[in-house]
Amino acid sequence: MTAPHLRSSLPATGGAAADMIGFWTLFYKEVLRFWKVGFQTVAAPVLTAMLYLLIFSHVLEAHVRVHDVPYTAFLVPGLVMMSILQNAFANSSSSLIQSKVTGSIVFVLLPPLSYRAFGAAYVLAAVVRGLVVGLGVLAVTGWFADVRFAAPLWILLFALLGGGLLGTLGVVAGIWADKFDQLAAFQNFLIMPLTFLSGVFYSIHSLPVFWQQVSRFNPVFYLIDGFRYGFYGVSDVSPWTSLAVGVCCFCAVAALTLAMLKRGYKLRM
Amino acid sequence: MSVPAIRVSGVVKHFGAVCALDGVDLEIGGGEFFGLLGPNGAGKTTLISALAGLVRPDRGTLAVMGHDVQSDYRQSRRLLGVVPQELVFDPFFSVRETLEIQAGYFGIGRCRQRDDWIDEILDNLDLTTKAHANMRTLSGGMKRRVLVAQALVHKPPVIVLDEPTAGVDVELRQGLWRFIRRLNEDGHTIVLTTHYLEEAESECGRIAMMKAGRLVALDTTANLLQRFVGESLNLEEVFVRVMNA
Repeated sequence: MTAPHLRSSLPATGGAAADMIGFWTLFYKEVLRFWKVGFQTVAAPVLTAMLYLLIFSHVLEAHVRVHDVPYTAFLVPGLVMMSILQNAFANSSSSLIQSKVTGSIVFVLLPPLSYRAFGAAYVLAAVVRGLVVGLGVLAVTGWFADVRFAAPLWILLFALLGGGLLGTLGVVAGIWADKFDQLAAFQNFLIMPLTFLSGVFYSIHSLPVFWQQVSRFNPVFYLIDGFRYGFYGVSDVSPWTSLAVGVCCFCAVAALTLAMLKRGYKLRM
Repeated sequence: MSVPAIRVSGVVKHFGAVCALDGVDLEIGGGEFFGLLGPNGAGKTTLISALAGLVRPDRGTLAVMGHDVQSDYRQSRRLLGVVPQELVFDPFFSVRETLEIQAGYFGIGRCRQRDDWIDEILDNLDLTTKAHANMRTLSGGMKRRVLVAQALVHKPPVIVLDEPTAGVDVELRQGLWRFIRRLNEDGHTIVLTTHYLEEAESECGRIAMMKAGRLVALDTTANLLQRFVGESLNLEEVFVRVMNA
């Protein structure tokens, strides 16, 4: 080793500007983390969605039209939204559980990051991953159907809302779970059923009345229905109802997340 | 009267039925090189974790340079650098990325001064050639050096090293101590926990010994070595006698 010498000085830190730098750094780190393993975090879910499209459209395209939209075209927005939701959840939850299990969570617990900046950075990075995967799915599946963009603002709004809701839920799951299998249970027994039974592959009007009513208690149904409205201008329920449900759910989960972070639940003993 | 670098007042912490800290009181002055010794399970790491805000005490208060670690956590964390005992790392990033990200968490954005300081740390810890290597590819000793670098990246006035030389080779230990000594000479307060008592004896001006969550000895190193009148003991022998008392 060379002889120690301490020449350098650092700029003074503190205040709102330092908090903002901390927030953007954590956000940047979370985006960089998934981008560095993009084959697994972006390419793989795009391929999965394409396989769903190829199989279901092959079987049903000639037999089914929904809201007078050809089945393959109907399916595309559902698959895009499902990918946004699942990947937003996976990003925040897997990052947190991985850093908890390996112990590297201390690197974000030791600095003076506020709990709001901490939560917001994880959620925003989750939204980015959801949108990147969603755009990838749209770019690939869009080749197989006549996709229209009747109301682009609704598309953008529901994409952000869906990514935000599931990204926030991922923070809750990542903090709550102590082991990978607990997180897998959360994912397999809650997130997967909620997304698969939400109208990705069908309109709820095709279901028996009882299951239509059950579907109305699934918040993901509203996210997908509102998102699809942005493409074709048709939906099972009013997009305003879907927006209201989505915003209420997001606010509730965000409040829970902030309360957990403020208390240091399962992060600070 | 100057504010102590660290003040611990009546800190109690239980984990279930286990009492990890049992009313610890301690003051460490600015610029001290302080040793915190004790057997495994004595409460050293719990005390450090409480200081860093990773553990919330049941009772009592802790402050870093006068800033309470709970009510004024942002300022206290800004003033504190902790080298954790566990060999942890983020496998996605290179050494330099790791340090730049860690600096960002402390509110230090991209600037010439930050880059110069990172270069200086890398140089002093002999990590310059590994700056662009992924953390996964480093040896255990190299990873330990990066942990030290991460704790120093915001140039904190108070530095806590929790067993920084555990499992590292002699050359690194010597180089690390030269660097830490220089930081101490520049005014940084150093708090060290180690099981290598000869290191504590040679580096620390004052030493506290912990047992079962309590401080059982607190004095200058010179006084501790003369604690047992008429006998010439080294720190390890004193430590064993204090623990068995």
